[in-house]
Amino acid sequence: MSKDQLRPSDVLEKIERVRQARRRKFYLREEYITLSHGSGGKATHNLIEGVFAEAFANPLLDRMDDAAVFAIEAGRMALTTDGYVVSPLFFPGGDIGKLAVHGTINDLAVAGAQPCYLSAGFLLEEGLPIVTLRRVVESMAAAAAAAGVTIIAGDTKVVERGKVDQIYLTTTGVGRLLADWPLGQSHAQPGDIVLLSGPIGDHGIAVMLAREALDIECDVQSDTAPLHGLIAALLEAAGTGVHCLKDPTRGGVATSLNEIALSSEVSIALDESAIPVRQDVRGACEILGLDPLTIANEGRLLAIVARESVENALAAMRAHPLGREAAVIGEVRGTPAGMVFLRTDIGGTRVLDMLVGDPLPRIC
Amino acid sequence: MRFVDEYRDPQMAQTLAVEIARLTEGRPLKLMEVCGGHTHTIYKHGIEDLLPRTIDLVHGPGCPVCVLPMGRVDDAIAIARSEGVIFTTFGDMMRVPGSRGSLLDAKAQGADVRFIYSPLDALKIARQNPDREVVFFAIGFETTAPSTAVTLLRAQAEGIKNFSVFCNHVTIIPAIKAILDSPDLRLDGFIGPGHVSMVIGMRPYTFIARDHRKPVVIAGFELLDIIQAVLMIVRQVIEGRAEVENQYSRVVRPEGNRKALEAMARTMELRPFFEWRGLGFITHSALKLRPEFAAWDAELRFSVPGIRVADPKACQCGEVLKGVIKPWECKVFGTACTPETPIGTCMVSPEGACAAYYNYGRYSMAAERANLPAIGLQTPADRTAS
Repeated sequence: MSKDQLRPSDVLEKIERVRQARRRKFYLREEYITLSHGSGGKATHNLIEGVFAEAFANPLLDRMDDAAVFAIEAGRMALTTDGYVVSPLFFPGGDIGKLAVHGTINDLAVAGAQPCYLSAGFLLEEGLPIVTLRRVVESMAAAAAAAGVTIIAGDTKVVERGKVDQIYLTTTGVGRLLADWPLGQSHAQPGDIVLLSGPIGDHGIAVMLAREALDIECDVQSDTAPLHGLIAALLEAAGTGVHCLKDPTRGGVATSLNEIALSSEVSIALDESAIPVRQDVRGACEILGLDPLTIANEGRLLAIVARESVENALAAMRAHPLGREAAVIGEVRGTPAGMVFLRTDIGGTRVLDMLVGDPLPRIC
Repeated sequence: MRFVDEYRDPQMAQTLAVEIARLTEGRPLKLMEVCGGHTHTIYKHGIEDLLPRTIDLVHGPGCPVCVLPMGRVDDAIAIARSEGVIFTTFGDMMRVPGSRGSLLDAKAQGADVRFIYSPLDALKIARQNPDREVVFFAIGFETTAPSTAVTLLRAQAEGIKNFSVFCNHVTIIPAIKAILDSPDLRLDGFIGPGHVSMVIGMRPYTFIARDHRKPVVIAGFELLDIIQAVLMIVRQVIEGRAEVENQYSRVVRPEGNRKALEAMARTMELRPFFEWRGLGFITHSALKLRPEFAAWDAELRFSVPGIRVADPKACQCGEVLKGVIKPWECKVFGTACTPETPIGTCMVSPEGACAAYYNYGRYSMAAERANLPAIGLQTPADRTAS
């Protein structure tokens, strides 16, 4: 067919073919996030298709509607939301993306829910390298896949340089309740036992050492992990004997237990020597003048269980990979209500308060 | 953990405590631990529960954060707010209240306040930000003064001009003198500060033993260090001796650290007098930069208000620091004054007597009131297994 024989319909067909091909393939040629990626126009579209859609691909998300639509089973649901602003974005054992998936899963899991779906909101700083974003997104996708939850909705905004620090992330999660009995921080009862799933302080110390140029060489990895598997095993084994679950994140074990003591109007007695702390973490805390009990964890579980359920609970936790080092660390008492105290290594006692302010290191 | 656990052996602590109890039967003693680090260890381990009731530990003025008067904090904040300044400080100082807010508040309002672990970090920040003025908020006893001195010498050697020091270093001996001269005080002996002594050595304490006939035992900062020091003081008292002894011989040399003292002498000199929170003005109790270092002296380079601010009326930090009253005997302890909303500086730093007591000591009070059983876990076989 010669050129002058080209019919208008052929031309239209050709244009349509190219359009179709381009719709399936998005070329994200830029190396950095610019304000136009947040404009809602073509650049936004390219970013979504080129980074998010590919990594998070699943039938509910792929429709790209304004809202994901899904069916729920009969029963009760749990919903939670959390923001992530960690600096640096990448640290030994994890990154902001992994943290954002695990954190929200864990908030659902400690409420006694099986996490189902997550949504993710990204606030990006102008100038952020797209490779960095891609790394975070891929890490989120891998964490979600490993945990068996799907990311079904999302949003991206770009703000001017300096308005956020590289990436801020929020994730929202919904889950289906497994526990049909009262479970929560106001349900600890005198006589209950306090269980801890493993050594504390790993996450906080890993991030702190990555953040501050402290020149402390230390092999601590963040403990970030999804706890719903461990919790499902615990609920299965100890049933209604489980009274309260908590993941001791910011403020550490000290703050979480104080919250429980206040809400449940009980006192909690801990045995310092029973609380597992890794040597490296202890060492870093000694040097920096910090208390491991106030350091953040992202993959540890505190469980308050009825005394008669302890053996089942402990066995179930220890049978799970995330609870291998689970231990009994204390007990719940009636008085003095609202206080947590600690039996020290020499048999003395001290009050364990919530973390006040930021953990500020002592000077000498 | 090596170098830590061997100084925290509960069995040995018990043995020493039993010996202290035997020796002090019918002879109660009031001992002051001068250093805030000791106060911290005492509460962290609950040492007062282990010691017999005959031993009364009084918490002294050795927390550099606690003794800094409000006016100086105001001056620091004024410098931090100055145009183009990066103000660097140890973490403890961030929350110390001045007359109108703390450094943390100033930071929230836009001042560039950063916390660091060593003055050398401040110098590094100065190198990295040649167009900014970097000020280091120097506080502490002879423990931290040498590192400030070394930093100044390095700044001088490298000719770093955008760095200066707001010097608030204090010296421990005049403070101990002031306490010994205070008429409302009865003490039987002193647990001497370990890290300060590492720098100044043992000789500066001799007047305490010679003139005031009080035993001094320089101690380390671990559990066994403190209990052993108490035992050593008790022995001195029983045997009628008053000497300066060194429990912390693994760190403290009798002559101190000459290099550190030299660095201090090259860069700093005594102020005629300095105000201590709660203790008032004490002569020759603090250090300022020598005239040769005027170019690095933040007090000369920035205009500071320099206004003396009276301690809040309700606050009894002074009596607490002198050991006249216990923290909980203060009118505002635990009510208006808590670690979240400190009125007095003793409540701010974890080394402050009030904060230490608030954080760690309240159980003993609660236990006494409620006649609570000691903590002992009676849980399944787990305890022995884990």
